Amino acid sequence: MSRIHSPAELENIRKRIQSERDPRKTCITLCSGSACHASGSREVARLLIEEVERQGLSQTVDIRRTGCHGFCERGPIVVIHPDEICYFHVQPEDVSEIIQKTILGKEVIDRLVYSDPQTREKIIRESEIPFYKYQVRTVFGSNGSIDPKNIDDYLAIGGYAALAKTLFTMSPEQVIEEVKKANLRGRGGGGFPAGSKWEGSRKAPDPIKYVIVNADEGDPGAYMDRSLLEGNPHAVLEGLIIGAYAVGAHEGYIYVRQEYPLAVENVNQAIRQAEEYGFLGKDILGSGFDFVVKVHRGAGAFVCGESTALMTALEGRVGEPRPKYIRSNIKGLWGRPSVLNNVETWANVPLILNHGADWFIQFGTEGSKGTKIFSLVGKIVNTGLVEVPMGMSLRDIIFNIGGGIPNGKRFKAVQTGGPSGGCLPEFHLDLPVGFDELTQAGSMMGSGGMIVMDEDTCMVDVARYFIEFLTDESCGKCVPCREGLRQMLKILTRITQGKGREGDIELLEELSETAIEASLCALGKSAPNPFLSTLKYFRDEYEAHIREKRCPALYCKELIAYYIDPEKCQACMICGRKCPARAISGAKGKIHVIDQNLCTKCGTCFEVCPARFGAVRKLSGVPIPDPIPEEHRTIIRKRSEQ
Amino acid sequence: MTEFTLQIDGKQVHAAEGMTVLEAAQAAGIAIPTLCHHEKLEPFGGCRLCIVEIASRGGFRPVVSCVYPAEPGLVVQTRSPKIDRIRKMILELQMAHAPDAPILQEYAKEYGADPNRFEKEASFCIHCGLCVRYCAEVKQKHAVGFIDRGIRKEIAFVPEIAARECWNCKECFPLCPTSYLQATYVLTESMAFPRGESASR
Amino acid sequence: MDLRRIDQIIDNHQAEASSLIQILLDIQSEAHWLPKHALERVSERLDVPKTRIQHIATFYKAFSLVPKGKHEIHICLGTACHVRGAKQVLDTVQQVTGIRPGETDLELKFSLETVNCLGCCALGPVMEIDGKTHGKMTPSQTAAVLKQYD
Repeated sequence: MSRIHSPAELENIRKRIQSERDPRKTCITLCSGSACHASGSREVARLLIEEVERQGLSQTVDIRRTGCHGFCERGPIVVIHPDEICYFHVQPEDVSEIIQKTILGKEVIDRLVYSDPQTREKIIRESEIPFYKYQVRTVFGSNGSIDPKNIDDYLAIGGYAALAKTLFTMSPEQVIEEVKKANLRGRGGGGFPAGSKWEGSRKAPDPIKYVIVNADEGDPGAYMDRSLLEGNPHAVLEGLIIGAYAVGAHEGYIYVRQEYPLAVENVNQAIRQAEEYGFLGKDILGSGFDFVVKVHRGAGAFVCGESTALMTALEGRVGEPRPKYIRSNIKGLWGRPSVLNNVETWANVPLILNHGADWFIQFGTEGSKGTKIFSLVGKIVNTGLVEVPMGMSLRDIIFNIGGGIPNGKRFKAVQTGGPSGGCLPEFHLDLPVGFDELTQAGSMMGSGGMIVMDEDTCMVDVARYFIEFLTDESCGKCVPCREGLRQMLKILTRITQGKGREGDIELLEELSETAIEASLCALGKSAPNPFLSTLKYFRDEYEAHIREKRCPALYCKELIAYYIDPEKCQACMICGRKCPARAISGAKGKIHVIDQNLCTKCGTCFEVCPARFGAVRKLSGVPIPDPIPEEHRTIIRKRSEQ
Repeated sequence: MTEFTLQIDGKQVHAAEGMTVLEAAQAAGIAIPTLCHHEKLEPFGGCRLCIVEIASRGGFRPVVSCVYPAEPGLVVQTRSPKIDRIRKMILELQMAHAPDAPILQEYAKEYGADPNRFEKEASFCIHCGLCVRYCAEVKQKHAVGFIDRGIRKEIAFVPEIAARECWNCKECFPLCPTSYLQATYVLTESMAFPRGESASR
Repeated sequence: MDLRRIDQIIDNHQAEASSLIQILLDIQSEAHWLPKHALERVSERLDVPKTRIQHIATFYKAFSLVPKGKHEIHICLGTACHVRGAKQVLDTVQQVTGIRPGETDLELKFSLETVNCLGCCALGPVMEIDGKTHGKMTPSQTAAVLKQYD
């Protein structure tokens, strides 16, 4: 790869790359994101390459290892172009059949193809599968076409054209105007208008400025940024360079969690390749604009996702946030104007510059323009990353795209915004997703984590879980957060253990007010949200725990007991054998009984009791029936009535 | 340096550029409670006790006076039902750690804080950071620092440095509102100082 | 880890104080902990106070001031895994190994940590051992999986 000296040269190289690629040529793409890796895609890739070679197909068949395709529940995913044949759950054993039947025989393998859970209809093409059909994948869609380790793939789909256009036909102020017109709001959680943030830094008199990518994605359950950075690092880089030009920065940082080693690797490689072509460094594309970027790894601290704490960590210190009275886009990293934006925010920038603000604002609601990538996880059939226009309803996302709740369970709540967000119940399902809409309902957009909960989820425990998370992740500097959350955790834990008292809820509310009004940073200020939203919508659960010592969701260990229904038990011995505490007595033909004194509430018996018997029950808030007398425990195994 | 006036509790107060609201108030003789503030040290903003309210968009919003910059025309009130509620809660939270600290007891009386509202915690450190910051900023010896984070955060001496420097200094001792610092020092001295070095010379 | 290697790592980052965390990450990933002599060398060469290093080494979860076990077990407690029953998996692991999160057993065989989201939510609950991801874990499976590691 040699340095590119002008936009014209860039277009020539792009045309050459595109001409070398025949869109009609067979191309096997294999999702190689971290989750598919964990499901075995690395092995599948190895075998695909081997088999293609063995069959002498290396000239006629391309193999491309791409970034995350988004339908993570069904990985490893293989999509064969040009016909867009989509295979799910591909295992190493399937490889030779795929080559034989589909590549050589032009046949589709039924068992690997998507099958609609209701109609059993087979859908072969990726874009027709409901999960994908209802999405608008303007940012994330490119993942399926590019190998993140090869910059030429990005160039082939039009990459760095926005950069060339920006550097040679627009002034920094014009770039900022376009981003403002598009009303691009931060995708990391704050929802702050990016254009205004950039403008503030542009106008600051300091000659040294910085642009920063926040890839510290700490919200548990959210992994969009990781997949974006792993799968399409150049989109983020291109956005960053454009932003640097607009703001007047010549140095940039990408702060990535060290828990994302593949993202670190891919972005470092992308930077090297971009430097080779001259998209980074001195005199980019001959424009006279210089810009360099460095990757900084996080070291395991959620609070470093907060922008001022992140900057402190970049300076080599502990991630303690700074008071927001002095805005960091005026005085940020090293006291200089610093524009920090989330990975997804930066990835939207090249699209806005290529297609224009008018294109961008066709998507979304009045206050929330464009699309948003959500990680749809938890109790959901189609777990994965989805990109939808702002304004789509929660119902459509969870049921049309997400496929609803598995195992016939009922939807209970959806949690958005991570530890700073809240839980929304069933009657909010028709809420359109948008920054202001979610905030008004008592939650927030956050970074895009969308955790679906069903009837088996205890909402008091959800509040306790998030507070516990934050007592560990809080930097510990200020009293309202450190001490307030310490006490809130104690109270919520007591409640889930059946030791709740009258007055606990009021005390939790008081502690919440102090944290909201007096905390140093957004972590503390938003920490009470999960508690306040679950209290608002599920107050009856709190009261049941405190007054009746009952957990309505049958989850809290100290408030439930496992009980084997003597009417249903068929004495098959499975639970007795698997019980790790050896708490179940019985034998073949003798009804099993759990010794409550030995039971550790691990739930194994409940899990393994065959579904046709369903003899194990969870009880809460009611006395446990005494074990039936020994003499009555013998049964005759009922013959199956099928 | 530009000078200007701002209003605190109805009084016109003089300030200069670079001053915080707390400094302006103290210069004008208006009392605001503090725990982590010290005139020789950079503002910390940790205890939040010096919280006040500033007029904003038709109402008032809380800000922490030791770090909030004084501005011309600012309107500040140092007491209100909300401020008092927050200060009371902060004191009660701190007294779960150090109910016997004289300064906490004094403030508790003023704000009606109940020292027994919360169950007592094991550590009587209230994280004012005065010891750590004094040693770093004034003495520049860095003999004591913070470790860990969140509810596990603590102070800890660096034994080699403390063994060398502290016997001749201990200027941080009178700063500690709860005497936790002295207790930690004694423990470190007896358990962790390098062999052959001790405070008794 | 010998001083020469530590110096190399420091030189790779131009001995800049702002690269302190990156340097410690490199030492941690090679030595699997941060030995005291390494920290002293870093303090000396970067000219940063030991208190800052001691705070950083304890503030950030990636670092360990004690040697880790042969097999590092990471249980994901992210919200998606939590909702799918991660706590029961953790309880079982604690029962089988005899250690709690943050601890290493006496034979230095297992170290146990909880992590707050590995980003494999579709496979939740997730248990990662030595970088290998075990997905869709249930309490009854965990004992079997742990037996595979000697």
